[in-house]
Amino acid sequence: MSTPADQQPGPSPAGAEGDGAAAAPVARHRYDVVVIGAGGAGLRAAIEAREQGKKTAVISKSLFGKAHTVMAEGGAAAAMGNVNARDNWQVHFRDTIRGGKFLNNPRMAELHAKEAPDRVWELEHWGALFDRTADGRISQRNFGGHEYPRLAHVGDRTGLEMIRTLQQRIVALQQADAERLGDPDAMLRVYAETTVTELLKDGERIAGAFGYVRETGEFVVFEAPAVVLATGGIGKSFKVTSNSWEYTGDGHALALRAGATLLNMEFVQFHPTGMVWPPSVKGILVTESVRGDGGVLRNSEGKRFMFDYVPEVFRGQYAETEEEADRWYTDPDNNRRPPELLPRDEVARSINAEVKAGRGSPHGGVFLDVSTRMPAEEIRRRLPSMHHQFKELADVDITAEPMEVGPTCHYVMGGVEVDPDTTAATVPGLFAAGEVAGGMHGSNRLGGNSLSDLLVFGRRAGLGAASYVDGLGEDRPRVGEADLDAARATALAPLERTGGESPYLLHQELQQTMNDLVGIIRRADEMKQALDSLDKLKERVAHVSAQGARPYNPGWHLALDLRNMLLVSIGTAMAALERQESRGGHTRDDFPEMSPEWRTTTLVLRADPAGEQVTLGRRPLERMRDDLLALFERSELAKYLTEAELAELPEGERP
Amino acid sequence: MSKASFRIWRGDAGEGRLVDYTVEVNEGEVVLDVLHRLQATQAPDLAVRWNCKAGKCGSCSVEINGRPRLACMTRMNLFGPDDVITVTPIRTFPVIRDLVTDVSYNYTKARQIPSFTPDPRVKPGEMRMRQVDVERSQEFRKCIECFLCNTVCHVIRDHEENTEHFSGPRYLMRVAELEMHPEDTADRRMIAQDDFGLGYCNITKCCTEVCPEHIKITDNALIPLKERVASRRYDPVVWLGSKIGRRPAKDTPKVPNT
Ligand SMILES: Cc1cc2nc3c(=O)[nH]c(=O)nc-3n(C[C@H](O)[C@H](O)[C@H](O)COP(=O)(O)OP(=O)(O)OC[C@H]3O[C@@H](n4cnc5c(N)ncnc54)[C@H](O)[C@@H]3O)c2cc1C
Ligand code: SF4
Ligand code: SF4
Ligand code: FES
Repeated sequence: MSTPADQQPGPSPAGAEGDGAAAAPVARHRYDVVVIGAGGAGLRAAIEAREQGKKTAVISKSLFGKAHTVMAEGGAAAAMGNVNARDNWQVHFRDTIRGGKFLNNPRMAELHAKEAPDRVWELEHWGALFDRTADGRISQRNFGGHEYPRLAHVGDRTGLEMIRTLQQRIVALQQADAERLGDPDAMLRVYAETTVTELLKDGERIAGAFGYVRETGEFVVFEAPAVVLATGGIGKSFKVTSNSWEYTGDGHALALRAGATLLNMEFVQFHPTGMVWPPSVKGILVTESVRGDGGVLRNSEGKRFMFDYVPEVFRGQYAETEEEADRWYTDPDNNRRPPELLPRDEVARSINAEVKAGRGSPHGGVFLDVSTRMPAEEIRRRLPSMHHQFKELADVDITAEPMEVGPTCHYVMGGVEVDPDTTAATVPGLFAAGEVAGGMHGSNRLGGNSLSDLLVFGRRAGLGAASYVDGLGEDRPRVGEADLDAARATALAPLERTGGESPYLLHQELQQTMNDLVGIIRRADEMKQALDSLDKLKERVAHVSAQGARPYNPGWHLALDLRNMLLVSIGTAMAALERQESRGGHTRDDFPEMSPEWRTTTLVLRADPAGEQVTLGRRPLERMRDDLLALFERSELAKYLTEAELAELPEGERP
Repeated sequence: MSKASFRIWRGDAGEGRLVDYTVEVNEGEVVLDVLHRLQATQAPDLAVRWNCKAGKCGSCSVEINGRPRLACMTRMNLFGPDDVITVTPIRTFPVIRDLVTDVSYNYTKARQIPSFTPDPRVKPGEMRMRQVDVERSQEFRKCIECFLCNTVCHVIRDHEENTEHFSGPRYLMRVAELEMHPEDTADRRMIAQDDFGLGYCNITKCCTEVCPEHIKITDNALIPLKERVASRRYDPVVWLGSKIGRRPAKDTPKVPNT
């Protein structure tokens, strides 16, 4: 164990009360590992770092137990084989790579598929109560793109179960510390409602994080040699989204400004089924479990249109008649799955096409129906939150009538470039796990693969950070006073400025721009226009002003978040403009085909420390090991790989 | 589109008052939408906690016309066109600013309850539980920790002096959840009564009425827990008989230093 770091609250040595930005007092805390984010990835990372004996802090913008993960509904994918014994990590790996259209980092997908079952069983050991099979094991449900029933779940509130279990595990560790050391916070402390605005460095290495306490508006600095980013996604930059206010891309932006690289940022997942009516709930998610459990998509003519949209690469893997599709639910071994369960990008594009062709529902979506598919009682039991959500928010009784649904911005596949085994970013001392990390899901994430990703790579981030700290010995980086002053000044600027524009207004404009011009279907001219608009917004965001004082001031908070959203949006638009093909969560109207050449190219973003200049680079995709390639038939590989790659393949093996 | 009249409590721990606003309302909106519109148009620094806007995180608890509710699940069509809608912070907890309160009481109470304690001989992946046996605790695990039940419970709502000895329905239910967990081996019945204040509860069911997850807190958690406590008090042997091999024959103490 490393030397226990001490905690020294109190004013910063710099400046005196009363002379502006530099005078704002700063509380100081010292830790071995600081985890930014208290969702599934952050909590799992913190648990691991603490169990490795590291003094650990977890920081979260929201209250403890309320991070975005709480919203996840369908389940966590893990090849436990409880429902279909044929399932194993190889099949899960293969599904993940297919879903990501062969752009995934193969090592990440491998680790994920191998370790997910242990991570789920571990949750059960910490008190989680998943739904059961008849023989008392963890039940698993079907989901899009997964060959076998694979998602461990609790009704349709799996994320809540996961976050509560991890929260309670943190409490259990704190209780042990209370008993042993007399203080529950001695080794593992949660800083809720605290926002990090800047990462601090000492030379090339991470030295800590700077932020403010939302409640008081006071500043706080965490001095720590290892920082784990677990900040989730970027969806709040889009108007129609299933994501909450937390998703302002903070971690992505913090990483960029700290000199780390982001990859695959052009891949944004639009979930096919968000609510479309009433306007105030537009975008709220309708879980994929609705389709996994038997729900079907129909257009205004009553037709199950998904049969018309099975793309070439998946042909043969999906049912071709309604009869076969319906038989699959009870006899999956002898029938192919319904096309409603294609990967999300396919279903989202199909819905978009139906609406465009004038076959949409009254409010611009399509119909998702369970009411004619199973008895009302069963719907209420299997999909309780969906039943509740539609009844309360839309006056729709899903046991009696279909839902109206349409695509909504849901998840970002792109993120911080990390080493698969340790989750280390390219900056020493920086780690990333969960939605903020990139590579694992390739161009499109399968449902259920995020919750398992959080656990697998959250744990690895905790381990990676702990062993990095061990390797430092006495040689710890130090936080520079000048950096602190700069961070303080930047944070206070919107409050001190007068006459600038409202952050709320600027946010609306940003969301509209991204939604309209870098949305589900993209075109070069529109993305150029988006980049122009974002460039103009940059000027205006630089002059944004927030009214009011520092304690709990949401206008000020949003003004600071805007900077991150803008930086990440620019990066996303740049990468999207560059990639001239359609694949997964990136669909180009002007380049509708998937290109084997483009598959070998990864787009990488960097920025300067101020986050003013973003640059785009290219890098070859990591090659898949031969034993992993051998899990696919040659004929399938031929759909994705270049001629040159195919020529290099080892001779025709099959698992 | 129409207009609605709102009275919103503005202020901090020191002082505050109700401020009147007239604001636009559109079809299908919930109270939280209107609060957001106020922030964007008239009151940029209006403090309100929220996160999911879908009734899943339990952040947006406030009192609307005196009733504890989730702002994101309270539809505007609940009110008449001429109603004045009064929004105030949840009363039981200290105000931080505007509609945001200090809910740390809840986290303190959570830390005092001895955690899930499986049999150390059972390894991860080995647990076998039947669906019917997990369903009781699953109902309680639907809790989104909105703390509306704790804020409405009369034991602490107007009696700050009771907060030290009473964990509120949320955390008494947590005790019940663990006690009913098929794989748990601890026995928290004595501390439920002696430390967490189960005896203060006189089963008025106000907590059940406000629960947005429709959990039957009183009937399914508190009353059965009271029965279990009574059985522990009067006849520990009967209780133990049904638990042989699972629970140790001793009471689990409250966690020290929490
Ligand atoms: C409605 C919905 C349903 C979903 N259903 C599923 C599902 O069924 N299965 C599945 O696998 N996936 C699902 N997903 C996706 C999955 O829930 C998310 O990808 C995942 O929860 C992200 O977890 P995380 O740990 O990376 O981050 P989060 O849980 O989002 O946590 C991010 C944390 O970082 C904190 N944070 C962010 N910025 C800062 C900052 N600047 N300073 C301090 N703290 C900060 C936040 O406060 C928060 O605590 C769903 C997503 C949504 C929106
Ligand atoms: S039933 Fe008990 S816990 Fe619930 S509100 Fe009444 S007194 Fe409080
Ligand atoms: S039991 Fe119900 S009312 Fe109480 S905190 Fe949980 S969800 Fe809220
Ligand atoms: S915002 Fe999450 S419950 Fe209301």
